[in-house]
Amino acid sequence: MNAQRAALKAAFPHTIPVLTGYLVLGAAYGILMNSKGFSLFWILLASIFIYAGSMQFVTVSLLAAGFDLMGAFLMTLAVNARHLFYGISLLKQYRGFGKLKPYLIFSLTDETFSIVCSAGIPEQVDRKWFYFFISLLNHSYWITGSLIGGVLGSLLDFNTKGIDFVLTALFVVILINQWQSTKNHLPAIIGIVSAIVCRFLFGASNFIIPSMIMILTLVTVARSPMERSNEV
Amino acid sequence: MKGTGVNMNYSTLQLVLFFGVVVLGTQLTRVLPFLVFPENKEIPKYIKYLADILPFTIIGMLVVYCLKDVSFIQPPHALPEAVSILVITLLHLWKKNTLLSIGGGALLYMLLVQYIFT
Repeated sequence: MNAQRAALKAAFPHTIPVLTGYLVLGAAYGILMNSKGFSLFWILLASIFIYAGSMQFVTVSLLAAGFDLMGAFLMTLAVNARHLFYGISLLKQYRGFGKLKPYLIFSLTDETFSIVCSAGIPEQVDRKWFYFFISLLNHSYWITGSLIGGVLGSLLDFNTKGIDFVLTALFVVILINQWQSTKNHLPAIIGIVSAIVCRFLFGASNFIIPSMIMILTLVTVARSPMERSNEV
Repeated sequence: MKGTGVNMNYSTLQLVLFFGVVVLGTQLTRVLPFLVFPENKEIPKYIKYLADILPFTIIGMLVVYCLKDVSFIQPPHALPEAVSILVITLLHLWKKNTLLSIGGGALLYMLLVQYIFT
């Protein structure tokens, strides 16, 4: 019990930026669903079980476009393909986590992944509970936000324009921390350059999968020199 | 009266199927690597290499992903984003306080888009 409390205490500060971002974006999702005539039941269902911000917004436009299950399935795979990279990156890190592991996998998001792969854990804190609370706290912020949005709907009308930048800021800070933690900056450069190049080539809504392919290719080509330098 | 929202045009069964498919697709992308490389099997060297290297590439990709809708051509020419990211970087290199850098940067961005570059 104490181990869990210590893990929760260590995990919470890392999730504060996500708390802000998820409450607001979750509320935006709840408001949107509410305006389309969905009850709290559907909002809750989506936020608990899909739990993928951009996908949930896409869901609304998919439904507006017409009933097409196969199309929806393929679109879901495309929008969420980046999760594959998170899973691969965490294969070793999540090994041996037993009964907590399914939930850790099920609740992987951009933000949870970025914290899990970068947060320093105090030595006396149990890793698996630390990751569990990062995941659970973030998940609960998202659910809470979407419920608030769903209940209050358009009554919620204070000016939050730009607040989602808190998540951009989170990734920027993690990028800086990663940059300073290693002498080998090639992976970071590959990630940024691939994404920028593909953003301009393929446009804002279709560039993530091309970026992933480009990253995989470049990282594979650079494998032997990078393993030789052994500074990763 | 015909329904007003998207929801009203679909039966409950259709919605259950639709959301079920989206849940299935989303969870598949999360669980697939763990299914392909279960714990009782040795992870291939190449995949281990990817696991070490990918986190350093993905965060950069995510930063670009967050900025994907920003335009250099249309006003305000990506200025709020550029200024805020510059300030975050300087603040973080100077104080090394994660919450200060993120909070300060997001607050600055909100001020910029709400009052300066409206």
